[in-house]
Order: sequence, then structure tokens, then C-alpha cells
Amino acid sequence: MDAQKFVIRQISIFSENRPGRLASIAQALGEENVNILAFSIAEANGFGVVRALVDHPEKAYEKLTSCGFNVAFTDVIAVQMKDKPGGLFEIAKVLGDAGVNIEYSYAYSGKKAAVLILRVDHIDDAIEKIQKSGATLLERSIFH
Amino acid sequence: MRCWDPRIEEMSKEDLQKMQYKLLKSLVYRLYSFSPFYHDRMKKQNVHPDDIRELSDVKKLPFMFKRDLRDNYPDKIFTASQEELVRYHVSSGTTGKPTVVAYTQNDLNTWTTSLARGLTSIGLGRGDVIQVSYGYGLFTGGLGMHYGAERIGATVLPTSVGNTERQIELMQDLGATAIACTPSYLLHIGEVAEKMGVNIKTDTKLRTGILGAEPWTDGMRIRIQDWLGIRAYDIYGTSELSGPMFTECAEQKGFHVWSDIALVEVIDPKTEEPLEPGEKGELTITILQKEALPMIRYRIGDISSMTDEVCACGRTHPRIQRITGRVDDMLIIRGINVFPSQIEYALMGIPEVGQHFQIVVERTGALDDMLVRVELNKESFSDKITDLMQIRSKVEHRIKNALNVAVAVELVEPGSLPRFEGKSKKVIDKRSL
Ligand SMILES: [Zn+2]
Repeated sequence: MDAQKFVIRQISIFSENRPGRLASIAQALGEENVNILAFSIAEANGFGVVRALVDHPEKAYEKLTSCGFNVAFTDVIAVQMKDKPGGLFEIAKVLGDAGVNIEYSYAYSGKKAAVLILRVDHIDDAIEKIQKSGATLLERSIFH
Repeated sequence: MRCWDPRIEEMSKEDLQKMQYKLLKSLVYRLYSFSPFYHDRMKKQNVHPDDIRELSDVKKLPFMFKRDLRDNYPDKIFTASQEELVRYHVSSGTTGKPTVVAYTQNDLNTWTTSLARGLTSIGLGRGDVIQVSYGYGLFTGGLGMHYGAERIGATVLPTSVGNTERQIELMQDLGATAIACTPSYLLHIGEVAEKMGVNIKTDTKLRTGILGAEPWTDGMRIRIQDWLGIRAYDIYGTSELSGPMFTECAEQKGFHVWSDIALVEVIDPKTEEPLEPGEKGELTITILQKEALPMIRYRIGDISSMTDEVCACGRTHPRIQRITGRVDDMLIIRGINVFPSQIEYALMGIPEVGQHFQIVVERTGALDDMLVRVELNKESFSDKITDLMQIRSKVEHRIKNALNVAVAVELVEPGSLPRFEGKSKKVIDKRSL
């Protein structure tokens, strides 16, 4: 099975909690015509991590690195959510039963339905279980 | 390990202290009677030579500072006439006005004896070829080491500083077994030798480095020893004390300060009270045998601690640990003395963060808050907040262990901290005291 096509490259950017950091990230990507498809900000006291799905991750990586940002690639998966309450719980249960830990997740509104982005500790297992459960995984080609 | 002068070097602590007391007493009487400068100082402090009744009474005596030498430029506080002087050395000083130190023949002898003991304690002697790559001239390093090395019967190769390729050729051709220079110059020699295709380990007889005149760390010692295949020893001194004076022994556990030559105190720079052995404070030295320019309770400004335990080498004289900072850099956080260099050492052991840091001190209510900003290394960036928080608490923990003060750590982007030396850029003190 070609599970790899469901592995999506997210870029993660370390950011100090300083005014204007997010704007500089957006501006840098804009200059390279890189589109941000989804993003989230995780904050701790004093610093944060900006996570983004973009259409050209390599280009984004290079540009942000050259601007002095600390950037890393992270493999994530994207699950199309059923448009009904309890969708997130179902996914969490499927993964939990399989012993896969969700390290973090965030959602965005896709064209048809809400999409859940997940970072998990065992990505191959997660892909397999989610597919078996009947939920829809989005392919990498949709993003980039 | 053999001694240059076993009678003194292995004398019981009790006898040493008796000797120190006698020397101190006669020094104070002499200065009170013959030196207008010291006489005035002691009057001002309301202390008379008769008040010195035991060794610990040294703390009744007034301090001396670098500025006393500057203010009395060039020779106003010398206690010997020019006819009695056999040498001058001059240090330029960072603040502009130079300071002059002067020596009688006895002063040079004391200085040389001090070094002869030190060099012998690290196993050097007849048959050794000692390359002196400290500067010769107004600086005390070159000539001081030169006379010390000759005194123990070693052959001196007086290369001074510079022309590094020639230094390396001579080191090989004349079989230098030891080199005396600054640690950074030795690193430079190592690099130039590599470029010349000379392996110091296998192509030279070099086995010993006597390194000083600038601060260095144990990390540098390990690096130098492994890389060049030598044993590297710390040497300490300033021109006000004569010059390079005290070296580590073969144990490499701090330099021995010869009690018959110098009385060393470690004091809290703020309260000026003496500290216990092992506690870090400002080195304050009284040179017990000096004719031309006596120094009493001279506040050197260097920070370290003292050990009074008998050394494994058998010598009874106290040892001073490697210098870890300057008083000028000291911060007082919640009543505890903190030196930026301690943070530097703590960060060295943490691969996840860089070596650059910035300290921000603020006062919230009655308490000082100290924030240390460090750069997260590129390789250590994880996009999991919990990993980053773990790195942060690791850094906080290490710094707290080093300083005994709780600090908050802020992880910042790599390359974002200013790359400058010196307190002004590394420490931002927002307290209005
Ligand atoms: Zn010793």
C-alpha cells in the first residue's frame, strides 16, 4: 500500500513572542509566492511554534531560513472530518485504540468539509488505522 | 614530586602562619615609619602597627587598588630610592594612564624564587628547554619567566611573541620541552603548525605548557592537552604582584600561593568581609616581601576561591582555583553574587543552545528577577512545544545549579543575540538602584 502519498510536509518555525514575527513570516512567504493553506500557532510562555501547510514547502524552507528563522520540516497527516458532531472524538479513539499518540492537531475549513491536521508518533500505523476505520485521508498532492 | 625548597614548601601550616605573621608585622612597621602614602592610609583607617597582634588582624589594614598606582604615577609610592632599583616594568592599563612597577635586586630574587618553585613543582628542571613565548619588554611575562626558567637550570629559548612559523621551527630544531605563553597563542601555534605539516604531538619534544596572562577554562585545557599531547598548567600573576608568580603543581588543582611571599585573602567585594575557604570572592593579596613597591591588601579584581587543604603533592601552601571572572562583571541578584562567566560555563555543557547569551535583570517589588536569553540551536529545534519546554527547563536547571539563584530562561532565535564581548551588551540591568 502506498501510504507515503498521505504523508504531508508541514513546515514548523520557531518564533519568539515578539510583535511582528508572524507578519514577517507571512511577508517572506508572500514574496516567494508561497501560499499558506493552513496554519496554527502553539505558544508557550516566551516563545511559540508556527506550523503551516504551504503549497511549496521547499521554497518556504529556503526563504525563511535565509531570513534567519529556525525552520524544520514535520510529517503530518490530514483527515477529512465528517460534518457532524463527534468527528474528532472518533479519530482520536481509532488512534488511541491502536496505541498511536497524537502529539498535536489543528483544524481548518477545507472546500468541502473541515480538515484535521495531525502530528502523531507513529505515522504509518496512524495512516493504516484511519483508512481501515473508513475515514478519508487527504493526499499530499492536494497540498503540494 | 620534588621541591625547589622543601623546607618552606612542606612546612607545617602552623609554622607558615607564624612566619607570615612576623613578615606582616615587620612590613607594616616599616611602611608606617617610612612611607608617607601608607602612613596616611593607616591613619585614615585609624590603625597602628601595634594593632596587628595576630595574622587575622590583617583585615584591619586598608585596601589598595589599581587606582592608587595610577594616581601616584610614576613613582610616588615607591619605597626604595632610584639607586636601589634594578628594573622597571610598565603596564598600559585599559583606562589609559599607565602604571609603573619597580624592583630592587631582592624583589627580583623573590619573584624568581617563586617561579623556580612553581616550575619545579610541575616537573621542570635541568635538561628542559623552555621556550618563553610571552612578550619581552615592558610587559612582565617574558623576563619574569626567563629568569625563573634559568634559575632552575633549564635552557631558555627566548622567542617572545610573533613570527610563529619560526617559533615552530626553533621548537623542533632545539627540542623545546616546555612552552610558556598565553593559551590563545598556544592554540594559534597549534593551528600554524598543522598548516606547516608539523604535528606537535609526534614531531616535537613539547610536553608542558605554562599558560596564563589571560582567562582560560578547563574546557580549553582539555582541548589543548588532547590536541597537542602536552600537560597544560595555569600560571597566575599581575604586574602589581611582580608579574607571573604562581603556577599549578603537577596535580593541576589550582595554583599554589607561597605563604612566605604572599598572604592571600578572598573577600566579598561588597561587604569587604573575608570569605570561607571554597567560597568565591575577590582575591586580595598582600606581598609580604617586597622592597620597592609593597602591596597591602591589594584588590586585584579577579574572582576565585581558595583551598587551604594540604595538596596531594605534599605542599602545604594554599591554592587558588582558576580565575572565573572579574569583580567589574559581578551582578548581585537577591543578595547572591553572580558572574556572567558562570552562565557561560553552564551553557558550554548544553548542546541544545548556543554560547551567546544575554542577561536581563529587573526588580519586581522587592525581588530581583533575572532572565537569561539563549539561542536555540538549529539542530535542536523540534516543532513540539513540550520538547522546547524541556530544553528550556534543562537550561534553567543548569544555570540555577551553577549560580544558586533561580533564573528564567528565554529561548530566542539563532543569531538574534548581539555578538559583543563585555558586560555592557551581555547584561541589561533595568533595576534603578
Ligand atoms: Zn600541589
